[in-house]
Amino acid sequence: MKGIIFNINRFAVHDGPGIRTTVFMKGCPLRCFWCHNPESWSSGVQTFQRKNTLDGIEYCEDELIGREMSVVDLMKAVEKERLVMEESGGGVTFSGGEPLLQASFLREALISCRSAGLHTAVDTSGYAETQVLESITDFTSLFLFDLKIMDEELHQVYTGVSNRQILENLKWLAGQDKPVIIRVPLIDKISATERNLSEMVRFLSGLEKPVERIDLLPFHRLGKSKFRRLNLQGTAGQDISAPDGDRLNEILVYFRREGFNAHLS
Amino acid sequence: MTPRIEKLRTESLNAVNRISAERALLITGFYKNHIAFGESIPVQRARAFRYIMENKAVCINRGELIVGERGPAPKATPTYPEITVHSLQDLDILNSRKKVWFRVDEETRNAYRDIIIPFWQGKSNRDRIMKSMSQEWHDAYDAGIFTEFMEQRAPGHTVAGNKIYRKGMRDIINDIDERISRLDFLTDPKAIDRLEELKAMRIAAETLVVFAERYAVVLEEMALGESDPIRKKELVRMAHICRRVPANAPETFHEALQYYWFVHLGVVTELNPWDSFNPGRLDQHLYPFYKKETEAGTLTRDEAVEILQSFWIKFNNHPAPPKVGVTALESNTYTDFALINLGGVKEDGSDAVNELSYLILDVIEEMRLLQPSSMVQLSRRNPDRFIDRAVKITRTGFGQPSIFNTDAIIQELVRQGKDIVDARNGGASGCVESGAFGTESYILTGYFNLPKILEITLHNGMDPVTGRQIGLQTGRPGDFETYGQFLEAYRRQVMHFTGIKIRGSNLIEGIFMKHVPTPFLSLIIDDCVENGTDYLCGGARYNTNYIQGVGMGTVTDSLTALRIHVFEDKSLTMTEFVKALESNFKGYEELRYSLIYKTPKYGNDDDRADDELRNVFSIYYDAVNGKPSPRGAIYRINLLPTTCHVYFGSVMQASPDGRKAGLPVSEGISPVQGADTNGPTAVIKSAAKIDHLRTGGTLLNQKFSPSFFRSEEDIRKVSQLVRSYFRMDGHHIQFNVVNAETLRDAQKHPEKYRDLIVRVAGYSDYFNDLGEDLQEEIIRRTEHESV
Repeated sequence: MKGIIFNINRFAVHDGPGIRTTVFMKGCPLRCFWCHNPESWSSGVQTFQRKNTLDGIEYCEDELIGREMSVVDLMKAVEKERLVMEESGGGVTFSGGEPLLQASFLREALISCRSAGLHTAVDTSGYAETQVLESITDFTSLFLFDLKIMDEELHQVYTGVSNRQILENLKWLAGQDKPVIIRVPLIDKISATERNLSEMVRFLSGLEKPVERIDLLPFHRLGKSKFRRLNLQGTAGQDISAPDGDRLNEILVYFRREGFNAHLS
Repeated sequence: MTPRIEKLRTESLNAVNRISAERALLITGFYKNHIAFGESIPVQRARAFRYIMENKAVCINRGELIVGERGPAPKATPTYPEITVHSLQDLDILNSRKKVWFRVDEETRNAYRDIIIPFWQGKSNRDRIMKSMSQEWHDAYDAGIFTEFMEQRAPGHTVAGNKIYRKGMRDIINDIDERISRLDFLTDPKAIDRLEELKAMRIAAETLVVFAERYAVVLEEMALGESDPIRKKELVRMAHICRRVPANAPETFHEALQYYWFVHLGVVTELNPWDSFNPGRLDQHLYPFYKKETEAGTLTRDEAVEILQSFWIKFNNHPAPPKVGVTALESNTYTDFALINLGGVKEDGSDAVNELSYLILDVIEEMRLLQPSSMVQLSRRNPDRFIDRAVKITRTGFGQPSIFNTDAIIQELVRQGKDIVDARNGGASGCVESGAFGTESYILTGYFNLPKILEITLHNGMDPVTGRQIGLQTGRPGDFETYGQFLEAYRRQVMHFTGIKIRGSNLIEGIFMKHVPTPFLSLIIDDCVENGTDYLCGGARYNTNYIQGVGMGTVTDSLTALRIHVFEDKSLTMTEFVKALESNFKGYEELRYSLIYKTPKYGNDDDRADDELRNVFSIYYDAVNGKPSPRGAIYRINLLPTTCHVYFGSVMQASPDGRKAGLPVSEGISPVQGADTNGPTAVIKSAAKIDHLRTGGTLLNQKFSPSFFRSEEDIRKVSQLVRSYFRMDGHHIQFNVVNAETLRDAQKHPEKYRDLIVRVAGYSDYFNDLGEDLQEEIIRRTEHESV
């Protein structure tokens, strides 16, 4: 079996415990307004123009985004970091895109990592059929679960999909014996609003089992250039900004006061 | 920081670096007046040392707690005309050059013109050396194949052990007398040499006591005239300390530091040894005094901090003695490489980190001075808290402390034949050099330009920059049928030039042995007294000579490029490639693009490139390791550049890795700037493919944006990266925290910064891959975050 991977980051320090290798899987059903990996949207291998500058001369090159990889090849790449993972208590994080879109590949890769003794994490938007989520739950050590916008309508506007399935899945996952880290993108006026965050706290407090921790991720403006290069249009890729430092601290304190193990990264 | 430390620190930072003729005039007077006429050379040297120490000005700066200056004032820097005599032109250059400037006033210049130059011209040690060297040595030296450390400065490069905390100079004199009484004139043919050397050592030991007493007298006078009762009491106490040490072994924390400082002044006044002198494992040496006194209530933590801070300032008052010409380019800096070591393991191999280790880290962070430099020695036995604390200081971006792998250093030293206890008492000094502190004379002899030799190999032994045939004829570019043949040619050239270097260094070593013994330094390093033999003549328990290889990344990537393009892909011929290099890639822009962007590079955990690293290492190691020197030292390699990679690049044409003519080669074992694009874990894995344990030190620099050090969790992960590298026997790693200015440069020259990762927002990305608007945002944020 092969998966489509668009990047492997060997020094991932914000995707779970320790120093990790993050495997970015291609394909995503969401179109988040603030997405920083738009090259992950399409699930096929794509060719883009890449420009490199040397001494003021621009060199254009075709760059393939995404490559087919077997689990065996993937494990070879991941094994290069074994010592660092062992030393740091790290492991492998599957991110995307949406890794659940390639669930059977993901499942196989997770099983291989487990038999190799490596800690794993799945970084998901939670947007998938519950049975798909279920099919991999037993095989990962940890979930990184994105929670963006609580209001269904606004979620639809800013990510292109409804959050109903996502919230259902999170509820279901909280009933399983599996650690979950919630990741919240903080964007001024979009997700970092008082209303959204208080609804989020209410929702998370109502879960069957408390989440391990909450990572608050301030999202700064991402330039449009990446989008331009990828020939992507639409609302996504507009300038966005994170709340300012004082507000970020307020949010952190708020989550902590509500009893969550929250971190600002 | 107390107000007086703040004042002293500001004064030190603001003091003007200038040349002082004081020492030069004293030593000229001593020899001119034949004061020690008829004595043996060691005794003459000892008496010259005494003459200087008895007559140089006593300098006590207001408010300081540790006293003694090398020159007549802070940053007034002595010269050593018996080693090298600066010409008037040299002085004018020092007085006018933009970098590492020294003021030379009219009086100093006149003293040089009228007294110092006329006496020493043609008779300095440098003159002796230059007259003795062979033509082939001069040719290679002029071509920038290697540098020579001892051309303008003396061998030294050593570190004090714990002897001075156990013995006063009077105890050492007793040892000398006892040793003299055991001299065996019946069967030991060297007994007379030993007698002369021991007599010289005795004079040197007495001298330091006399020097300290001169300070005591002035302090007592100052105490009498002091109106502030607190300072008056302090001055009385300091005078008392100067009467107690170095005559006797220290009993208090303050005495221990003052004693070391007098010894330091002795070493750097006797001669101008490379890398100054070092207190070494300061937290270990001082801890017994600290513990005893804090428990007895005679010393508070704050008092200890203030004495340490006063001690720190003394180091910063001493810029490196000024070098001129090529030698200045070897390490073009005011830094004199005094290095303070913290942590590591005790003699029995157990964790040595103590309360004082943390306290000294606080001092380092607060003082933030160029000198002394600081480092932590990390063992797997040391707690994480220790490394985390050190990394936290690194975050502030002044390059200190650097981090060393004690467990690797011990293995390196044991491999070289040292006893394990001596190895555990050792560490790294200078930049990264391994040594057994207090028992070893380990001398750096010069940098060695590995990429330049590849350039010469590509031209059949000719230096293309000058057109002179200085190497062997190992084949024209078109002659090589296989890559193996070419690599063999490179190996032969490396053997050829290391041979020239070692023959030259041996000659120079012999000159120093004959003409410039160092009886004072010999008191401090074991077993010079017991052997009755000078530090420079093999008196130390262990003796090592290092040749420092430079440009590992450049030569590795160059060999990789030649192998792949010429022999594997056959996309161009060797002759064509050489033509591209000679034209500095003019008309070969596409080739250069492909070399930089599409050819495997060292630093990415990619064996297509890293295999060449292993090849170069073996070639260089085999060429140097194990060769003997006149004093009985063994030659070893280490891999570090200081600032010499800039000079070495300046004597070269373009290189096959895509580097343009005249630009710096890579430094230490760090990848070529911008060549590592797979992140820091790939870098440490590549770097670990060198067998660090067969070196005497390697230097790895890793660039980071400050955002990687933000939270406690971030710091932990950087520490874990260090631990990972050390688990693979990496010797040293240093974090270069980039500033906004660097990021601006990265916008202009993206090819040099392909390795630069920045934290964007909840994730990290290569700086080059960010849109310009986002780059601007990151730069603004970095400006904001930089401390």
